[in-house]
Formats: sequence, C-alpha cells, structure tokens
Amino acid sequence: MRKILEDFLFAAASFFLLLIVSNSNAIVPVPAEDQSGPIAILGAVIHIGNGQVIGDGVITFDEGIITAIGSLSDGINTAGHLLIELQGQHLYPGFVLANTTLGLLEVGSIRATADVFEEGDINASVRSAIAYNTDSEIIPTQRFNGILTAQVAPEGGLISGSSSVFKLDGWNWEDALLHPDVGIHMHWPSFTQRRRSPETGLFETVDNENYDGQKQVLHSLFQNAQSYTGEPLNLNLQALQPVLNGGAKLFIHADEAKEIISAVRFAREYGISDVVLVGAADALLVQDFIIAESIPVIYEQIHALPSMNWHGVDKQFKTPFLLQEAGIKVGIGGGATELQSQRNLPFFAGTAAAHGLDRETALSLITLNNAEILGVSDRVGSLEVGKDATMFVSEGDALDMRTSKVLGAYIQGRDIDLFGTQQELYERFRDKYAKQVE
Amino acid sequence: MKRIDTPVDPSVKFKFARFVPTAFAALLALLMAAIANAQQNQTPNGIADDRAGAYALTNANIYQPDGSVLRASTLLIREGKIVQVDESRNVPNGYFEIDLDGKYIYPGFIDIYTEYGIPSLERESGGGGVENLFPSDQAFNVNDAIKSNFRASTTFVPDEELRKKYRRLGFSSVLSLRADGIARGTSALITLGDMNANESIIIPDVAAHYSLNKGTSTQQVPSSLMGAFALLRQTNLDARWFDVQSPRPFTDDSLEAWNANQELPQIMEVSNWQQALTVDRVGDEFETQYVLKMSGDAYKQAELIRRTNATLIVPLNFPEAPKVEDVLEAEEVGFSDLKHWELAPFNPKILNEHEINFAFTSSEANQDFWENIRTAVRNGLPEQQAIAAITSIPAEILGAADLVGQLSVGALANFVISSDALFAKDARLLENWVRGERFVLDDDRDDRNGIYSLNISSVNSSTNRADQQFEVELSFAGNKAAAKILLEGDESREVNLELTDDLVSFNFVFDESGNRARLVGWPDTGGWSGNGRAPDGSRLSWQLRQSGDLTVNANEQSNESVASGLPAPVIYPFSPYGRESAPEQTDVLIQGATVWTNEAEGTLVTDVLVRAGKIAAVGDNLPSDGATLVDGTGKHLTPGIIDEHSHIALFSINETATNSSMVRMKDVVNSENINIYRNLAGGVVAAQLLHGSANPIGGQSAIIKMRWGAPPQELLIDGADEYIKFALGENVKRSRNPASIRYPQTRMGVEQVFVNAFSQALEYGKAWDNYNSLSRSQQRSTIPPRRDLVDETMLEILNSERFVTSHSYVQSEINMLLNVADSFDFNINTFTHILEGYKVADKMALHGAGGSTFSDWFGYKWEVRYAIPYNAALMQQAGVVVAINSDDAEMSRRLNQEAAKAIKYGDMSEIDALKLVTLNPARLLHLDDRMGSILEGKDADIVLWSDHPLSVYAVVETTWVDGIPYYDREEDRVLRQQIADERARIIAVITNNNSSDNQSTAN
Repeated sequence: MRKILEDFLFAAASFFLLLIVSNSNAIVPVPAEDQSGPIAILGAVIHIGNGQVIGDGVITFDEGIITAIGSLSDGINTAGHLLIELQGQHLYPGFVLANTTLGLLEVGSIRATADVFEEGDINASVRSAIAYNTDSEIIPTQRFNGILTAQVAPEGGLISGSSSVFKLDGWNWEDALLHPDVGIHMHWPSFTQRRRSPETGLFETVDNENYDGQKQVLHSLFQNAQSYTGEPLNLNLQALQPVLNGGAKLFIHADEAKEIISAVRFAREYGISDVVLVGAADALLVQDFIIAESIPVIYEQIHALPSMNWHGVDKQFKTPFLLQEAGIKVGIGGGATELQSQRNLPFFAGTAAAHGLDRETALSLITLNNAEILGVSDRVGSLEVGKDATMFVSEGDALDMRTSKVLGAYIQGRDIDLFGTQQELYERFRDKYAKQVE
Repeated sequence: MKRIDTPVDPSVKFKFARFVPTAFAALLALLMAAIANAQQNQTPNGIADDRAGAYALTNANIYQPDGSVLRASTLLIREGKIVQVDESRNVPNGYFEIDLDGKYIYPGFIDIYTEYGIPSLERESGGGGVENLFPSDQAFNVNDAIKSNFRASTTFVPDEELRKKYRRLGFSSVLSLRADGIARGTSALITLGDMNANESIIIPDVAAHYSLNKGTSTQQVPSSLMGAFALLRQTNLDARWFDVQSPRPFTDDSLEAWNANQELPQIMEVSNWQQALTVDRVGDEFETQYVLKMSGDAYKQAELIRRTNATLIVPLNFPEAPKVEDVLEAEEVGFSDLKHWELAPFNPKILNEHEINFAFTSSEANQDFWENIRTAVRNGLPEQQAIAAITSIPAEILGAADLVGQLSVGALANFVISSDALFAKDARLLENWVRGERFVLDDDRDDRNGIYSLNISSVNSSTNRADQQFEVELSFAGNKAAAKILLEGDESREVNLELTDDLVSFNFVFDESGNRARLVGWPDTGGWSGNGRAPDGSRLSWQLRQSGDLTVNANEQSNESVASGLPAPVIYPFSPYGRESAPEQTDVLIQGATVWTNEAEGTLVTDVLVRAGKIAAVGDNLPSDGATLVDGTGKHLTPGIIDEHSHIALFSINETATNSSMVRMKDVVNSENINIYRNLAGGVVAAQLLHGSANPIGGQSAIIKMRWGAPPQELLIDGADEYIKFALGENVKRSRNPASIRYPQTRMGVEQVFVNAFSQALEYGKAWDNYNSLSRSQQRSTIPPRRDLVDETMLEILNSERFVTSHSYVQSEINMLLNVADSFDFNINTFTHILEGYKVADKMALHGAGGSTFSDWFGYKWEVRYAIPYNAALMQQAGVVVAINSDDAEMSRRLNQEAAKAIKYGDMSEIDALKLVTLNPARLLHLDDRMGSILEGKDADIVLWSDHPLSVYAVVETTWVDGIPYYDREEDRVLRQQIADERARIIAVITNNNSSDNQSTAN
C-alpha cells in the first residue's frame, strides 16, 4: 500500500506519507489526529456529489470544515494552507453506506460475533448506537474504498430498533457518532413466503398465514404508542415517540409491491411523515404510488439476480436509473449484500452508471442522496462550504474497480490511515516472495 | 350385497328390459350368482353357489385394437372370461342375452401406475442434526433406499371406495405399487371387481419399480439426485457380483430380490425429461430398458425422449391456470409456467407425433382423467392412440396382453360399455364389466330428458275438482333427476323430486293456496303414473307423458373440433429467452475492434475472422469472404470468460457421503436454467459445474459451454479432461451443525479421509490387477473383485485420468493436501477458494497447483478471516496459475469486474487481469489448446464489449460460443419483446377463460 502511495503521491506534499504510517501490528488503525491547520487541495477533479464536477479544482478546509471550493481560476485564497497538489487525481465526498450492520457483526457464521438480531418481534427501544464496534476489522476495508460514513442498523423482527449514522473513524462509539438514532426500522411482514414444497421438493411461493396477525401486532403497537402518556413506563412505546412526532424517521423495509403500499399506508395512518423505503425490490411496479407519497428509496439489489427468470438480465443493474428517471429520490444501501462485500458500494453505483445513469448522478446515489435520505446532508454527502471535510482522493474514477485507487482520506479534516490488516498481510507476503525471486 | 355402483333405473336398463322391472330383478340375481362363482378360495357361509356367468352381449359395436369396430356383433363371456367375439348374433344355449342396441364395447381400461390398496408409509420427520449414517439393522441392503425385496402383493388390501372410483372412470385393472425408495420392489396387477385380495391380484409380481427418490429412508445417503443415480449404478454392480457367488458372501435379501426382479418389466419414475434422459443412459450401461413414468413434460424434448426407445407412462394432470387476474400477482408468474399451462394438454399429441409408445395413468389427474383425456384428443391425439394408452399398451408393457387390454378369446371379461363411440360428443360410460362382473355406471336415463305433460285428476269426486294439466321439464344430469313446472313466459316453479329405478316421489306448489300437492308413482309403458294427495288432503291420480324435447344449451355444442396445431411453438430451452431453434453458426468478420489476444501480440486493434465455429484468422484488413461483417470500432473483443467454479444449471449440488467420488454432476445438468443465458450476457462461455463442499471428496465435475438451447449432454465439452471436487475445512467438518457426528470433525480427520481413500483405491487396483493377470480359464473359475465406483474414481485420480479441484481456505490444510498428493505421487490440479493461498503460494507453485479464487470475499466465516483481495496478485507473483471464479450465479455474470479488482488490489497488469477469467481458467481446465485466447484454430468463444472489458462500464454486445451468437444485445431486445407479447397473449387466454367460466356459472 505504501508502495502504491509512493507511486502516485510523488507530487503531493510528504504530508500524506507522514500520515499513512503503518502500524506494524495487525490491528485496526489508530484513529486520526484532529486537523491541525488549514489545508488546500489543488489540481483535483472534484466530484461535488450533487452531480457537478469541477475540472481543475481547489478545496480548502480548516478545523474539519470545508471553507472554500472552486476551480483554480476562481482565485481561492490558500495562503497559510498546507498545499496538496493532486495533478488530475479525483477528489470525492466520502461515500455514505446506508443500511449496514458494520460494527455489529464480525464473522457471519459465528454467533458470538453477531450483535444484529435482538430477540422478539418488537424492539423499538434497542439502539445500534451503543453496540457499534469501532475496532471491527471490517471498517478499514470499507474506508479503503472511500466509504467514510455508514448508517448502522439492527435487523430482525417487525421493529428492529433504531439506527445511527457513524463516521468510520473514532476511538469508541460515542466518538464515532455522526448522528444518533436517525430512525426506527420496521420490517413489514411478507404477504407470501418461499418454502420447499413437501410434495415436490421444489421451492414454491405460499401465502404467509401469519400476515394478518403480524400486521395486527404492528397496529396495536402504534395505537398504543400514539396514546402513550408515559404511564406506565414502556420503553418500546417511548422509543417510538420521535417517529410519531417527526423527530426521527421510519425506515420501512419492504420488497414486494403490495407490501410497499400496505406498509406506507400504515405509516400514514399514524401520521408518520418522515418515511424511507429500504429494499423496495419491486419499487418500479408501484412507482406512481411512491412518487405520490414523496418517499425516498434505499435500493439494495444491484449486484443481484432478477427475481423472475423472464425479467431482463440487466433488470437489477438498471433499476436505480429507472427509479431516478421516474422522479424518485434513490440511494443505494448495503443490507442485501454480505457485510464484507458492502465495500463494493462504489461499484454498485458504477454498475448502475453502466446501465443508464450518468456517472455523476450514479455517484450522488451513494453520496448526497444517501446523506439526504438519512438526514445528515448538512454534514456529509457533498463537498460544499460549511460541510464536514469528509472526502478522499482516488487515482482514477472511484466507481470503476479498474481505476479506483484510494490514496488518502479525511474524516472531518482528520487524515485517516487507510491501511488495515489486509494491506499489512499483502506487504508481508509480497516482500517474502520478492526475496525468494532474488 | 349391492353389486352396482349407482342406483339403477330398471326401466331404462336395456331395450328389452325397459319398463319391465321383473326382468331386471332376475338379471340382478344372475349377476350376484356370477360373482359368488368367482369366490372359490373361501368356504361360503352357506351352501355352494357356483355359476357360469354366461352372457351374450349382442348387437354391440365391438372395438378392435386397430381402431376399427365390429358392427352389430356379439361378445360371449363365461366364468369371467371372453369366450367368443364375432360378427353374428349368435346366442348359444346357456347364455343370457343382453341386447346392446348399437352401444359400444371397449376393452376394460388399465391404469398402469397406481398405489391402489397399498398402505403408504409415513415419512419420519428429520430429527435434528445428527446424521443417520447406517441402514436399519436387518438383512437387507446396505442402503435403506434399496427396497427391492418389497412385494406390493404382500400388503395389498382391497379398498372398496377407491376401486369404485376407478371403476367409474372405466378401469377394470390397475397396477399397484408402493412408491417408496429408489428400488421399490414389485407391483401387482389387480382387478377391480368386488373380490377379496386373493382373487383380485391376478399377477402378484408384474413389474419392478424404481425412482430417484429415497422415500422414507432416513439414511443420510443418498442426499442428492446424482447420489441417487450413483446408488442405482452401484447397486446394479453389487447385485451382479452377488449373483455369481455361491455360497453368498453374506445375506442380502434386497440384492437377491433385485436379481430376481430383473426378469420383470423395469419401471422407473422420473420427475422431468432431464432425469428421463439420464436414467435411460444408466439403463444402457446395464442393458436395461426402463419404462419411464414421466411427469407430463416430455413434449419439451420429445425427439430426445423418442431416441431413448423407452415406452412412457404419462400422467394426465394438466396444470391449473396460473393466477394472473391480479396484475401484481401475475408479475410473480413464471414464463415457463404460462407456456407449460398452455402446452401441457398437447403433450400426448406431441409424443404421438414423435411415434413414442406411451400408456396413460390417471394417478395424478384423479377425477379429471376423462376431461383431460378428451382434451388430449381434442388437441390432436388420435382416438385410437388414446384408447391404446389405457388398454393394449399398458397390457403389453406388463406382458399381460393375453389377459387384459383387448377383447380376445381367453382374455378376462374386462370391458366397458359406452353409449356411443368413446370420444363422440356426449358419449358416456354406461357399464364396466370386471371379470364378468357387471357394474352399472350410468343409468343411461338421459334419453328421458324432455318436456312432459303432467295430468292430474281427482280420484274422489266429492271435491269435484277439475282435471289439471302442468308442463314439466325433466332432466337427468350425473344420474340425478331434476324437474320444474314451466309457467307463462320464463317463469317456473320448483319441484322436489326423488326418482329411483322403480319409484318416483315429488311435490310442488299446486294452487293459489301456496300449499303443495304430494305425488308418488312408478314407471309405466308411456312414462310414469301414480297417485297422491292435493293440499286439501283429497286423493289424486296422475300421469306423466313426454310432449317435447329439451332445448340444448348452445354453449355446449361448440369446441369439439380437433385442434390442428399448437397454440404456440415449443421453445428450446423451455425457458424465457428460449428460441424455436438455435441461432445459426455463421462466418463472421469482426473489424477494427481492440482485440485482447491473450497471446504474445497482446492487445491490438485489428480484425478477427470466425469460420465454422473456429477463429480462422487474426490480422489487419482481412477479406470477408462472404462472412457477416461486424463493426468493432471503439469496441473490445476478448476471449470468452471461463468460470472455473460454478454451480449454475444443476439440479443438485451436494452429496453428503464422506467420500462421494462416484457421483457425477453431468447426471444432473439442467440445460433450462436461466443462469446460462445470464452468464452469456456477462460474456461467460464456459464453466466447470462443481459438486459442493459438504464432504472431503465430492463429485465429478461437468464442464460445459453455454450452448443455450442445447440439451444437457450437448452442453458438455466434448473430450474435456475429467475433474473432481475435493473440499477441506469448516464445511466438511460440518461446523455449522453442532450435532454432527459424521467423520471427519477435524482437519486431522480430513487428512485421514484422503489417505484412507487413496490407500483403499490402491488395494482395489491391486485386486483387479491380480484378476486381470489371470489366464482366461483361471478367470472363468475366479470370482472377479466387486466393482466399486468410489475406488474406481480414486484410482483415476492416482492415474492422472481425473484432476482435482479442491475447495480450501487456510494455509495448514492447503499444505496438508499438497503433502498427501505428493505422498501418493499425483498432483493437485487446482485449489479453489484458496483464500490463504497467498501464504503458501510458493509451495503451490513448486507442486504445480493452480489457484482459482474470489477477488475480494472474506470474513463470512472463521476460516476466511484472513482472506485478502491481494490473493490473486500474490499467488501470481509466486508463480501460480491464477483464476478468479464466481461460485455464485450472480457474480458469474460480472467476472470481468472481479478480474479488474486485481488491478486495484495488487497492481496486476490489465492483460494479466483479463487472463484471470479467460486463459488461466482454460489452463486450469486443460482447455487452453482450444479456448482462452484469440488465436487461429481455437474455438470461436469470444465476446464483443462496448467498452474496456475490465471496466465497470462495459456491457456485452455479443457472446459467441463455437461461432454461434448465443447472446446478442440487439436480439435480446427482440426476445424481451417476444416474452412480453407471449405473456400478454397467454394471460389474456387465461383471463378470458376465467370470465367465460364465471358467466356460465352465473347462468
């Protein structure tokens, strides 16, 4: 990794090299120091995150906040700044990973490493905020691809709990929180379920016999939450209050068309205004409904197979484009992908760009759109004055695995160490085999 | 002692008997006598009652096997058998004549695939995670799914209700089997008269049965479809080996029975046409021609089914229409399901046109059997063939043609009497005779449908009531009589009616009082007559006389014409994006593309000529020579992607025996799997379809090309080297199942599995070498060693006739397998997954093992914690031949993107990165002499990309396999439109059918 950086940062100040100091022990990197003085990055292709690009760009930031952005010709004052020359390399707002279990799960097959599913159908009161493990070895692998912010969400049951948005750098969860408790996650019951037929042994779709019962459980919960006075104390009902009074979002997880309609109508019945659809595999089938309700969608199944054999082979790749074109606000989430593979978030967007979206719009799906959908766009999601200096430099187009090489990154102006266990092991064995050749 | 299936109206029984109840009573007595005569195996509780049961059925149209009819002929039966069939009206002395007045006689129908009277076994629910590794502790086969010792006749118990149902459909005999196990033992041929078990079974062991489903066996193996094929093969071998030994080496009643059963017809039940083709090949290996019990999909590959030469048993269970009324639910309906719904009723027609011999079974159609067989005839199955399929053909399959299935002298007196030619409109089955025993199915009362006038007069003149006349409509439907009083206009008044053979009782609102007259009566020479009481209690006398005919419902007259063709063609594969015929192999000249040769020339802008499926030339300004021109300007042409590790297009993935080297993935290839097409759309031209990783020694690979539309065997790459899957680590230790007891449970045990398997194989080889070194005469006096499919496969590995692809994760186990291979003097060809390969890449290179890995998977289980995305680059650095594979149907179609990650992680050159998914997997599969690069003489398996092939923005324009454009982006648009149109058309047919059904119900 340091070799890579040496190759490409020859023109940059020794600054980067100083900061990307390796830990010789294979544990997660040390959290970065606060920004110590104003920095100006010059000569970058700046991808704002809102669809715009500045070809020969300048960005300045101080105390973790962006202070100016423009092109070299704009005459931005860089006096007293540490100057970093990028010579045509690309500067991006940090990617925002929506709906992930990052920090809650380490090894999928080992129960002891999972803090994802709490027991029970109704868990409005549980909070990912306090379980997020800043020392997860998966975090460095995400940062390495430019993912600097994540919405960490519990899963399971009908009401899974509340998610929080984290900066992917910090000593502990309090330190890493960007926005606590952005919303509660509701998994709408399925109308149907897949099961293996006892007769034929083949998979078949049958009605979910528990649908009405599960729906009633949710109604009862929200009815009691609406009339909740605090007496007697009920932690779940209390936890739902912000959702009912507009202080937090309701993230509705639903994939099938009818489920989407039923779940959103349910939310409206209880006057919940701030609703986000997560998953929404069938969103295109009910796009008029989603538009009418002005609900944003966190779409997740891009690197996935179409659900029906007769669908177009590229249906999953094309769906973000079609949703966007229909006028729906779309972000891309991680939840449908194995946690460790969610580091491919930029390439999900890249694939969507290969199938209809223009590249800057594709980028906004994992930057500004996600930030807006999660309610953190005042801080992250685009490179604009007043927002956090949370951004990274890539040698080339960061949505394309052929050219994505993340060279350095800042979270709130702090120059973070991109090096993780994987890079450490790479160097160890690269050097071993190099010596054998000698 | 009721001997008839339905209440009989004696007055309409026969012409001569019409309105003569006494004659019927005499007849009934005779019938009962005939049955008593048959029951000779039990001492009667009374005095002997032997009867001849001699009948002459005269004036009949008697059906002949060639489809012709003997007009006005006579059938003589006696003691349950046919005595004579001739075209006279000869009634010898001692025969009771029944004049059939032009009705039709057909041989009694045979259902060749039922479980009638055989108690079914309850399947034990799977108990926890502890594997059941051993068979039940009895002297039967080593595998509990081999139930060849079972004899259906030993558990048969007549089922009165069920046989009545079968008789109503016209069946007089059925084959009864117990559908349990891979070898299911023998079935019995059983007649459906009211006899006891002893008499009912006419052939106790009529056929031997097999399937690919282990049934109630709880033994762990076989747990897969390919395991079932393997067990079938191994049991054949075991049985032959067992049979030549005297004394037997051990007792195995299943193998004894297996051998004894070989003389019987061998009936194999399969679930689909793919299984049919595979099992027929297994049959060929052992000179067994199976009769194939199909599932109704044979039309999808009728020509291939014909080539098996198998006789089929075909169910008539046409699928129900998919639910499409709700537009959102319709989205979830499969394209193939819609097509199958429409075409399945043409299955018999298509099979017949392919000259395939087949019998029908009602077993899955149940009471829809007649409706469906009529549909089949209306759809183009010749009537003669339909009749043969339930008479002569099943009889011939069972070698019982002298007993059943035709009306010939000496055969059982099993026949049905039909009101008209069997498939004539409104024809009804009237009677079913089983071994001379008569069962009336339908009283043939329909000819009494009509408009009647009901005349009612007072008996007692004191009321001085005037005679009254009503108009009554009388109809018989399904043997149930109904009547109503017709009033002015369309009005009518309901009548409560009970009408039996010899009595009629009815009541209706008689006058303005709103009260009812109650009448009772009997059949007389002109209709019915009788007495009753008026609402005021006064006595009435009445007669009912026909005055007119019923008007026929116009709807029912239509749609009896025979369809001439199919509503839509069969497509290949029977799947969305299937085609009526494969795209053609044409000569193509791709001009001006950036060509990634994977040869010394590297990447250059030039022309590529494809001729006869091969790359004919690579160079600038090539002449087209009539080849189709493709403008490659601005595009990229690469060798097709080869996925070294895939599980697409398989019906089954994992067998679970610790060593399942005998199972063959090529037995379970599903050529209809949509992922083949999706792979093509991602530029994939070939893949190794591997066994799963449930056990250390998995199964034999199938290496296929994506020839979308070709049947399974034609997907296999001809002459490709043979491979086998090994696996190490957490999966084979069954780490996810805490209750598992299957050896091995540690990596130490995993090593011993290999050492043991190869040691055993060497012993096995030695035993055969010894045998083969004997002289001919010595061999004749020596029992050859038992052939063992596991050992044979392991020997192939040791002899470098089969190559290993081993699933592997951590460095210790990789190192272990290298050492085991070295100690047995063979090479591990490929490590797959190999996520810690980077730690021992130097050792792998020294051994000569390749590595086929994921680009960036890690952390999903403990053993992949230190998987790193630099693995491919590091292994390559150490000199290992490296491929990137998918192990995943979705990722498989983006392997170009996965290869590109080696640039990001490890700075691999672009040319080397592309080789990770093209030339290198070709090398690992020993196919690099014909695939993997763009070189004159190699197979034209190439891909044209819109953009740089390693870029996320690249999409496939065209994928050629053997020079055939199996995927083309332009054609794909056309196919999508065709799918959309075809869906819309079929959905419209279904919704129209449904709405007309609803209308007729409303009427």
